[in-house]
Order: sequence, then structure tokens, then C-alpha cells
Amino acid sequence: MMRQKLLAAAVAITCAGWPLTALGDDADGHMLAQACAGCHGADWGGQGPISDLRGYDHEAFLRAWAEFQADERPATIMNRIARGYSEAEIAALADYFSSLE
Amino acid sequence: MTRFLTRRQFGTLVSASAATLAMPGILRAENTGRLLIIGGGFGGASAARFARINYPDVSVTLVEPQTSFVTCPYGNLILGGKRALSDITHSYDGLRARGVDVIHDRAQEIDADGHRVTLASGDVLDYDKLILSPGIGLRWNAIEGYDEAASEVFPHAWWGGDGSQISLLRAQLEALPEGGVVGLAIPDNPFRCPPGPYERISMIAHHLKQANPTAKILAFDAKEGFAKQGLFENAWAELYGDMIEWIPASGDGRIMRVDPGNKLFISEFGEEHSVDMGNVIPPQYAASIARDAGLANDSGWVPVDPRTFEAEAASDIHVIGDANIGTPMPKSGYIANSTAKTAVTAALAEMSGRPAWDDPVYFNTCYSHAGEDYGISVAATFRLSEDGIAATPDSGGVSLQGDLSEMARTRRLEARYADAWYDSITDDMFS
Ligand SMILES: Cc1cc2nc3c(=O)[nH]c(=O)nc-3n(C[C@H](O)[C@H](O)[C@H](O)COP(=O)(O)OP(=O)(O)OC[C@H]3O[C@@H](n4cnc5c(N)ncnc54)[C@H](O)[C@@H]3O)c2cc1C
Repeated sequence: MMRQKLLAAAVAITCAGWPLTALGDDADGHMLAQACAGCHGADWGGQGPISDLRGYDHEAFLRAWAEFQADERPATIMNRIARGYSEAEIAALADYFSSLE
Repeated sequence: MTRFLTRRQFGTLVSASAATLAMPGILRAENTGRLLIIGGGFGGASAARFARINYPDVSVTLVEPQTSFVTCPYGNLILGGKRALSDITHSYDGLRARGVDVIHDRAQEIDADGHRVTLASGDVLDYDKLILSPGIGLRWNAIEGYDEAASEVFPHAWWGGDGSQISLLRAQLEALPEGGVVGLAIPDNPFRCPPGPYERISMIAHHLKQANPTAKILAFDAKEGFAKQGLFENAWAELYGDMIEWIPASGDGRIMRVDPGNKLFISEFGEEHSVDMGNVIPPQYAASIARDAGLANDSGWVPVDPRTFEAEAASDIHVIGDANIGTPMPKSGYIANSTAKTAVTAALAEMSGRPAWDDPVYFNTCYSHAGEDYGISVAATFRLSEDGIAATPDSGGVSLQGDLSEMARTRRLEARYADAWYDSITDDMFS
């Protein structure tokens, strides 16, 4: 399932240049990701101690997010933020960041 | 260049063609769309950068009177001696390099029907879509005696401007007599940056603790409570002993009149408080350009469509940032940045074929520095609701409470994350 999505994302990007989400997925990863730039760097490339999100492994992203939500991962603020997003939105973010170089 | 191309890949260059494919009826406008942005602050600069990256076919013009931008965020750290004015001053060269036409002038008049803006110089700019992010106006004389002249004695330092207000406040702090009294007058909601006054109190205390430890801070508030109150009060007790006294409205904290000549704050019940220096943060409303254009309602703020930020009173004018009514979202730089991108996407949807975001999530984090290595935060996501905008339940909220002995690492980390936030968001505006 996940692999199919990734594949679809790759195809969507090479064909249309617009991430999968804009082509009919449930959430708009490109727009959702905009908010992350406020801390993770204007191009999501990380800033000081804050992590680089470009090319984040899809599975690892979903796992990290779930751990933040459940307070199972050390956090100051990402745990609070993670609980504010739906599953579809989190998947769209994973699609988006894993597709960035 | 490669970087730019990569971004374009994910931007509209290609999306436009995808959209044209999907909607053959829509003709792709090649450099015919004109996006005009008034105000080069948190909302306007973010909008300009986002539009340049994602809508390369649209021309972007930014009108801003200041030739460089002094942020309000981190201004309080100047008071605390942790930053210099140059650290919070940003150039528009980065936006110029991206192809934004930056015009240093003041927008004087908006002709909404004619899609035209007249500048102070007399120049006239036509637009297809207007993004308006002019920030706040201060309600002079809402506190009797507090007018622009009075702000040279009792600075407000509640807009960046040319940096003179925050510099004056810092100079007064340095000149405070030993054991002197610093007064603050803090307004009722809604106002720019709900935790801002309390970060300011903290940073003033941080300076005084070293330079003038017997000084006192009297914070007069027109409210009963404030953002991150528990965290701030905890920090104040931990770091500054009894230096800070916060006086809520019910304790006669509402300042009704000031007398700058005699350095007096006069309360609701007529109590006269003598101060050695005063920071008056007056009540606010949308900046004059928005009110003069007839976009504001009786509250002085601009009602907008929460999905597109189009003004209720005029089509093709999207009002973002502090000037609009976005409750329960705070009037913060982060919200101005977050909503700027949604507004641009909505404004350019027809022109570009890239659809507006129908399911927007607005995002906010406000960090505050309460002392050295002592950061605290509040975060929230907001979504459309039946009656406008609502915070997403069971999420967000403030930093963990707890004694410094247990929380030192968290506080230190949040201080570093706050610094990274500042660098990231200002890059997202100006780089
Ligand atoms: C002390 C303090 C600390 C703060 N700290 C934080 C923080 O840590 N995090 C956070 O998220 N927010 C913070 N804020 C809030 C933040 O500064 C504002 O929410 C943000 O600036 C709002 O953006 P804006 O675009 O609406 O207005 P601004 O950023 O003020 O930009 C408005 C611009 O419009 C220009 N303008 C006005 N009228 C015209 C005209 N007629 N023609 C052309 N240009 C015009 C002005 O010159 C100005 O540059 C703080 C505020 C203060 C006062």
C-alpha cells in the first residue's frame, strides 16, 4: 500500500510536477507543509537544532509522527503539534517530504 | 538556479500545465496576472516570497514604505540585552532577487472597484488581486493623553517601524535610576501578539536583574488573565523574585490616562502611579489603509472569508495578518505567514488553475523568552468550522509546567527552538 503510494507519488511528480496530493489525494501535502517551514527552515532543510525534512523516509516519518502523538518520543512541542493533524494529512505530509530532495 | 528549478518542480510552473490539462477551458495567463501586495511585514513578505516561488507566471509587486524591516518578534530580546537592532533588521534585497518588484512607498488609497491603488507619490498601480497586510494602527488617545507625541516619552514599541521605538525603550531602561520603577500599560483583547507584553516584562526583568536589581516592574493590565500565564508567573517567581508585580483589571490595572510630563499612569479608579519610565501598549485596530478603504467593521478590524481571506466588503482584496478578524487565531507573525500562503493560493486560483486550498489548516506557534535559556511556547492548529475558525481539539497547548529544577533542559531546548523559529520564519519572508 505504502509502496504503491510512493510509486504513484513518483509518477505524479515526474509527469505533472505537482505532488500526488494535488491530484486527488485527501489532503494537500504541499500546502500543509508550508506551516512546517516556519521552524524547519524556509525550504524545510532544517535550522539549527531543528531537523531537515527533505527526503524524510516515508515510513520513518509516519512512525515518528505516531510516536510524537502518543508521547512516546522525546519532545518539547512536536507532540502537541502532532496531535493537531488527521491521518490523511499526516500521510500527505509524509508523501510530500519523502518526495523532496 | 538548480535549486530554483527544483522548487519550480513542486511549484506551479508544472502545476499550471497539469491544471490546463485537467481544465482545458481555462487559458493559462502568461505573465498577465498582477498580484499586488501592500505591506512588507510578516504577512506581506511571506505572501510575496510564496507567490514568486509557486506562481512564476504571475507578476508580484510589493509596496512598503520602510526600506528595511524591523521585526517585532525578538525586539524584546533587545531589551534583555540579548540582541542588537541589526539582528532583527531585514533587507528586501532577497525578495528583489526573486523578482518581486519592491516599491518603497505608502499606499494611500484603494479603489476596489477600479482595481487600482494610489501611492503617496501619486503613482497608480493596477492589480488583478490585492493582498493587504498592513498590520495594526494604534488608537491614539484611547488612553487619554497617549498620542504620538506621548510615545516619545512613554514608548509603545509595538510596531517595528524604523526601530526607534524599541531603541528608545532600551535607552530608557539603561538610564533607569537605581531602584527605579518601570510601568507597563497592557491592553484588553484583541491586540497584536497576546504573549508579547509578558515576554517584554520578562526581558526587562532579565536586564534589571543584572543591571539594577532593586528596580521594580509594575505591569498594569486591562485584562484578568493572559497567554501562557501559568508559565510566565512561574518563570517570574523562579527567576526574578518579587521584582515584577502584575496588576489585573480587577485589581485596578486598567490605565485610563497617562501624564507623560509628570510620568504618571492614572488607573480606572483614579489612582495615580508614578513611574520612572513607562511602556504604554495602547488599544489597536487595523492599519489606516484598511479602515480608510472601508474594509473594517465597527470593531476597527477587517472581517474576511476564513477560507480565502477575501474581505467581506470587497472582492479581489485579501486581508491577512493582524488587520483581519481571525479569532480564535492570535494576531501573530506565524499566523500572518501561514494565512498568507492560503490567501495567495485562493487569490491566484482562477488565474493559475492551481486550486485554492478548500481544507486549510492554519498553524501557529508563539515562543517567548522568559529568561536566559528559558523558552516557553504555545502551539495550535486551526481549521474551518461552522461559524468561522476553530482550534483543533485535543492538540496544541502550552509547554509543560514544572519547577525549573526538573524542566531546565526543556526550557533550554525551547529557547534554542525559538531562535531557530526566528531564523526560519524570517528566511521564509525575506530569503
Ligand atoms: C513585542 C512583540 C513581539 C512579538 N513576538 C512574536 C513572536 O514571537 N511570534 C509571532 O508569531 N509573532 C510575534 N509578534 C506579532 C507579530 O509581530 C505580528 O503578528 C506580525 O507582525 C503581523 O504581521 P502583519 O503583516 O499583519 O503586520 P506587520 O508585520 O507589522 O507588517 C505590516 C507592514 O505594512 C506596512 N504598511 C502599513 N501601512 C501601509 C501602507 N499604507 N502602504 C504600504 N505599507 C504599509 C508597514 O510599514 C509594515 O511593514 C510580536 C509582536 C510584538 C509587538
